[in-house]
This record gives sequence, C-alpha cells and structure tokens, in this order.
Amino acid sequence: MVKMEVHDLNLWYGSFHALKDINMKVYKHKVTAFIGPSGCGKSTLIRCLNRMNDLISNVHVEGRVLLDDKNIYDKDIDVVNLRKRVGMVFQKPNPFPMSIHENITYGPKLHGKKKGLDELVEEKLKDAALWSEVKDILGQNAMDLSGGQQQRLCIARCLAVEPDVILFDEPCSALDPISTGKIEDLINELKRHYTIVIVTHNMQQAARISDYTGYFYLGELKEFNKTKKIFTNPDNPETERYITGKFG
Amino acid sequence: MDRYTKQTIMKGVLWASALITISFLVIIIGFIVYKGAPAISWEFLTEAPRRSGRLGGIFPAIVGTIYLAGLAVLVATPIGVGGALFLTEFSKESKFTRFIRFGADTLNGVPSIIFGLFGFAFLVYYMGFGISILSGGLTLAFMILPTVFRTAEEAIRAVPRWDKEGSYALGATKLQTIWHVVLPQSISGIVTGIILGLGRAAGETAPIIFTAAILNPVLPGSIMQPTMALPAHLYTLTSEGISMQNAFGTALVLIVMVLVFNLLVSLIRKKKALRR
Amino acid sequence: MVRRLSEDMVKGILGICAIFSIIIIFLIIIFLFREGLEAFSYTNVIDFVLGREWNPSKETFGAAAFIVSSLFVTVGAIIIAVPVGLLTAIFLAELSPQRVREVVKPAIELLAGIPSVIYGLFGLIVIVKYIRITLDQPTGESILAGSIILAIMILPTIISISEDSLRQVPRAYKEGSLALGATHWESIARIIVPSASSGILASIILGVGRAIGETMAVVLVVGNVEKLPTSFFDSGEPLTSTILLEMGEAAVGSPHYYSIFALGILLFLIVMVLNIVSNVWLGRGLKRG
Repeated sequence: MVKMEVHDLNLWYGSFHALKDINMKVYKHKVTAFIGPSGCGKSTLIRCLNRMNDLISNVHVEGRVLLDDKNIYDKDIDVVNLRKRVGMVFQKPNPFPMSIHENITYGPKLHGKKKGLDELVEEKLKDAALWSEVKDILGQNAMDLSGGQQQRLCIARCLAVEPDVILFDEPCSALDPISTGKIEDLINELKRHYTIVIVTHNMQQAARISDYTGYFYLGELKEFNKTKKIFTNPDNPETERYITGKFG
Repeated sequence: MDRYTKQTIMKGVLWASALITISFLVIIIGFIVYKGAPAISWEFLTEAPRRSGRLGGIFPAIVGTIYLAGLAVLVATPIGVGGALFLTEFSKESKFTRFIRFGADTLNGVPSIIFGLFGFAFLVYYMGFGISILSGGLTLAFMILPTVFRTAEEAIRAVPRWDKEGSYALGATKLQTIWHVVLPQSISGIVTGIILGLGRAAGETAPIIFTAAILNPVLPGSIMQPTMALPAHLYTLTSEGISMQNAFGTALVLIVMVLVFNLLVSLIRKKKALRR
Repeated sequence: MVRRLSEDMVKGILGICAIFSIIIIFLIIIFLFREGLEAFSYTNVIDFVLGREWNPSKETFGAAAFIVSSLFVTVGAIIIAVPVGLLTAIFLAELSPQRVREVVKPAIELLAGIPSVIYGLFGLIVIVKYIRITLDQPTGESILAGSIILAIMILPTIISISEDSLRQVPRAYKEGSLALGATHWESIARIIVPSASSGILASIILGVGRAIGETMAVVLVVGNVEKLPTSFFDSGEPLTSTILLEMGEAAVGSPHYYSIFALGILLFLIVMVLNIVSNVWLGRGLKRG
C-alpha cells in the first residue's frame, strides 16, 4: 500500500537545480532508504517530505508530493499538522536543553494533551528502547546523555506526537557502531507501526534495514527498486558501479 | 484561542515592537530638527554667545568640542591600537589576556559621572592641570579608550593568518609585517572605532562639566585653559532655562555631528563589505 | 640581536598600552576612595546609606533618598524597556526580512549614539509636558519621566545583546521543534527564548547598570527634590543627579565635597557589581550554547 508519492518533483536553491524530475513511492509500514554520494540531493528530497525546506530562503519547489493521496504542497495544507503526521529525526541528535521528560512531552503538550503525560513518557521511551537506561533520571537535562541515547530520545520525542511517517536524515552519522546497531534494531521494530524513510551514506546500512532503496546522483533518482534487487541485480549499470564501490 | 490566531497576533506584536523602537528615533530626531532649525543661522554658527547664551551663537562651543574630542582621540588611539596589537600579535590567549579584556569591559561600564569625579580629583586637582582642555580631553580619552581598543582588536584579528605568513615567508620581521601587512589591512576597522569614540567624546557632558567646561564666550588660547563645549552649553541653556530656542539649535548641531559620524562608520563598513 | 631587542622593546610598550585600561580603573578606585572614604570620618557608613536627611549646611549626609530614587527610576526603565527591547530583538533574530533589518539595525545604533543630554532635552520638553498635561499631574518632572527616557536609552543595549544571544541558539533546536509540529511562535516562546535566557538576562543587567549610572538625561527630567519618592509620579533625585548638581557648590576638602565622592563610591560599586555579574552570565551562556 502506498503511503506517500512523489510526482515530477523539481527543486531549486536560487538558480541551482538540486532535484530533477523525481518520481517515487513510499510504501506503508516499509523502510525506504535513499543512498548516493554526498551532495546528490537525498537529504534535500527527504526534507521535501515534511516541507522542512520551507525554512530555507529562496528555495523553489515544483511538482507534487502526496500523503495519503493529498498533495502536501497544496495551498490549503496546514504545514504544522503535516509535520505532526510526518515526523523527523535529524543527522545530529538535537534534544532541547531541558529535561528528558520535558523533551518527550514538548510535542504532545503543544497539540493539547494535558493528562496521562507520565504514562506517555514511559511508553514512548520503551518504544525507543531507552526506558531502562533513563527511567531513574527523567528529570535530568537531556544534554547530559550520550550521543546514542540523545538520538534515541529524539526518536522517542518524535514518536510521542504519533506520526504516520518518520523521516530519518542520516540518523547514525554522528554515532559509534554500537549506538548505530541499536538504532538499526529500533528502526526494524518501528516499521511494524510506522512508515519509515531513511537517508544514509552507508550502503550496508541500507541493505540491512530497508525494503526499498533509491539511488541518487546529481539531483536525479537513477534507480528506485526493492532493496534486494538493487543490491543483487540493479537495472541501471550506474547503480551497480556505485554499489560495488567502483565509484562514489 | 487557537494556536494559529495566537501566532498571528504575536507576530503582529513583534512587528509593532520594532516599529515602536524605530519611532523613538524618528520622533526624537524629528523633534530636535523641527525645534532647532529656526535657531540655525550663519551668525548662530559663527558668533560667540552674548548674555549667557540668550543671544548670539555657539561658535566657541563648536571649537571647544572639536578640541576636546580631538584631544581625546589623539590620546586614546595610540594606546588603544597599541593594546590591540599586543593582544593579537604579541601574546597567546591566556588568563592575562582575558584579564586585559575584562579590564577594558569594566572601564567601558564606568558611569560617565564617575569619570567626571575622577577627572576632577586626579587631573584637575592632583595633577594640577586645572579646569582645562587638557583635563577634559584626557578624561574623555580614558572614557573612549575601551571602544577604540576593542574595535581595533576585532579589526586586527580579522586579518587572515595566511597574509601574515606570506610576509614572514619572505623574511620580513614581525614589526615589518605589522607595519606593512597587519595595519594596512585593518585600518578601516580601526578608523571605525576612532570615529565611534569621537562621537561619544563629542556628546558626553558629565565628564567635562567638572574638568573643562565653562560658560565663557572666548576661544581658548592653549590646552591649559578651559573652554566652552556643545553638550555642556546645551545643558546650561536647558537647565537654567536661558533660551530654549538656542538649546534646540545647539542640540541640532550636536545631533548633526553624531549623524555624520554614524554615516561615516556605515560608509566604511559598506566599502569593506564590498571589497570582500 | 638588535632585532630581538627592538621587538622586545615594542612588545613592552604595547603591553603597557594593553594594561592601560586596568591602570585607569585602579586610579579611579584610588582617587574615588581617597576622597570618598574621608566622608565616613564625619558620618558613619550606616547613617550615610540609610539616613533620610541630606543637608550640607548642617553637615548631615544621609543618602537614602538618592538611593531610593535611583532604584525607582531604574526599575521603571526596566519595566518599560525589557518588553519592547526583547520583542524587538526577537523580531530581528527570527522574523525580520533582510531589507527591514537593514533599516532597523542602523537605526538602533543611531539611537545608542544620540548624546544623553539631548535625551534630557527631549524628555524635558516632550515627556515631562505630556505627564503634566495629559496625565494631569501637579508636576511632570517625575520618576516616571526619568524612567521613560532611560528606557529609550537602554533599548539598544538590551536589543543588541539579546539579539546576539537569540542568534546563537543552534538552528537544530528550532528545526527539532518545527519538525514536531510546533508553530514558529511556539518554537520561539518555548525553545529559542529559553535557550537564550542567560544572554537576555545579561543584557537586562547591563541595561540596569547603564540606567543607574546615567546622569544628563535624568537630571533634566526628575525634578531633583531631596525626598524619598513613594510613587512613580513623585519627583526624585537619583545619585547621579546629586553628584552633578552639588559638585559645583562644594568647596574642595569640605565634608560636603567628600560626601559627594562617597556617593560616587556607592554608585561605582553598584554599577561594577552589575557589570561583573552580567559579564559572568554572558560568558556562561556562550559556553553552554
């Protein structure tokens, strides 16, 4: 089942054409990975899916991005509500400089939740596989956690607003291998309830955790296929050259 | 109230605050220009005051302000730039350099009236300079020193390391490098600091009232004599209610001076930004 | 050898330039205290600070009225300046289009450059008159007039330092907040401003220091009546005004002269403590950010 669809998407930073005619689908309760050399547009595309690119001045977008068949670039779209449905976890862990508890409840409180916050914190921290490590220090400043713990806190924070889709923008690039492993296991768990899109510069990671993979090069989506197919028998010879490490 | 209405209202409030801030400036300058313009005439700018400033002009006050601010800058510039060179070229970041910076920031925070008391006790009385341009100019120099110092430091720090290394690589000594590479490249920033200091020195009142200023419509013959000065003259005219029209005229001359200094600073900055 | 020597000499001279500010501060302290401490041989410190009466001809020196006036004027200025200043800083850091910013920033610099005596003149003719006529007060020369004019004067300090610290808040905080479905305003109010709070506080303390030490703008509008003010509509006489107004009358070496310097000590200590606290706060904010 299709959760999101990208149709003829083009994006310019000023006069620089950063995304060219992108067409692809994001399937429900699957993990979709974007790979490619740095600067290829994979992060730009993922930031189109929750309109984070709106924050950058002189960005111009053409084309359509559908979420449950509704174009998120339509005029009548409520961007705030969109970002609630399509959550995001960033490259560098970015917890707010407040307590662990407050980090989790920040989103739900904004959206009007007043009761059952403690239960919510416990539930989401458990979902993010962080509960056992922090259950006694919920009042402590989140900045004191390790990098890997901070990133799982950011995931829990994202889960707390109950999104449909979670976007991961290179979530492990600032983490050590052990923390990376934990996050990968977590993503595998999460896809049972959420639709996941992940940008990664690490091909093995894409191969390990994703169901579908898109290969980007210079703003173009060169190939989009099932991960198994991409990594064993890609349609596009360029993809094969990248996968096998002959280039990039 | 829903979240979006709240956001719209708050954004309106933010715009309004900025507008209020700007309107203070517009109203004050507009008011001074409106009230001061009728007082301005050739005679007002070139003649000495008569009957305590009720009649006549403010020429000696203009000259006195130029003397005082000029002396202040003359004294503060070498010390400030020298100190900045010491921090940037001759010392590594340490407790000592932090202490120096802390000293400059602290001096910058000393209220101007305290400078006045100090100038009186130290320069006028203890050093025996009397109420004079020398006492007033030095007091003002101490006051603007931190401005000149910190601006120069910033400007010198902005000189790229590779330019200096290029000079050293050609066998130039440290002093030659400072003279031929560092100072020429940072001169516009240093001048900016000097003009900012000039503006502050020209407008300060409290420090010179105790150390230099009198209501004497005679041009000073030497720096050991007292002088008139625009801000002090303005204060006397206003506080004693001598002539409001002439007070506004004096204020207008003073504010034009400050505007010109500010304009110069922004021109220098713009030119520098273009060159980069 | 010769080069080494001349370099060392230059370094020495420049070093003296560098510590010149510190030398001046020490000289200020020495001369202020040399003259001011003399006052406490006539009046003990407690009577000086808490005494209600200041009468040079009777050699009674109690500074309470001046201290309270200074506090009143400053508190009033802060109440007015903080909301306007903080909101303007938020506007500049978060909302302002580049073009508007290019107008507002120089305007604020100019506001900081206007000589204080001109603020005083403006305050006397416009604000004092407004309070007397429109607000129907017996006299417009009041604590309130002083507070308003000081508020305008310290706006640039509050705005520029607050804006700097708002800009130093990592972009990732804002993005994180928006990605959770917060509106821009919610992100400002709940994440950005709290994260910049130490810098904002430092700007306010610095503003307090400037307000309490300002002389010319205040002396022309507060009325200069030596009694304890009880409301913002009362006249008052802050420390700075007294020093300015009475220095001319006091004979050098008289108890009156020494007492004026003692007021200077008081003012100096208050302002220095505020500045140091603000500096420490600012340093801490930078390290955490």
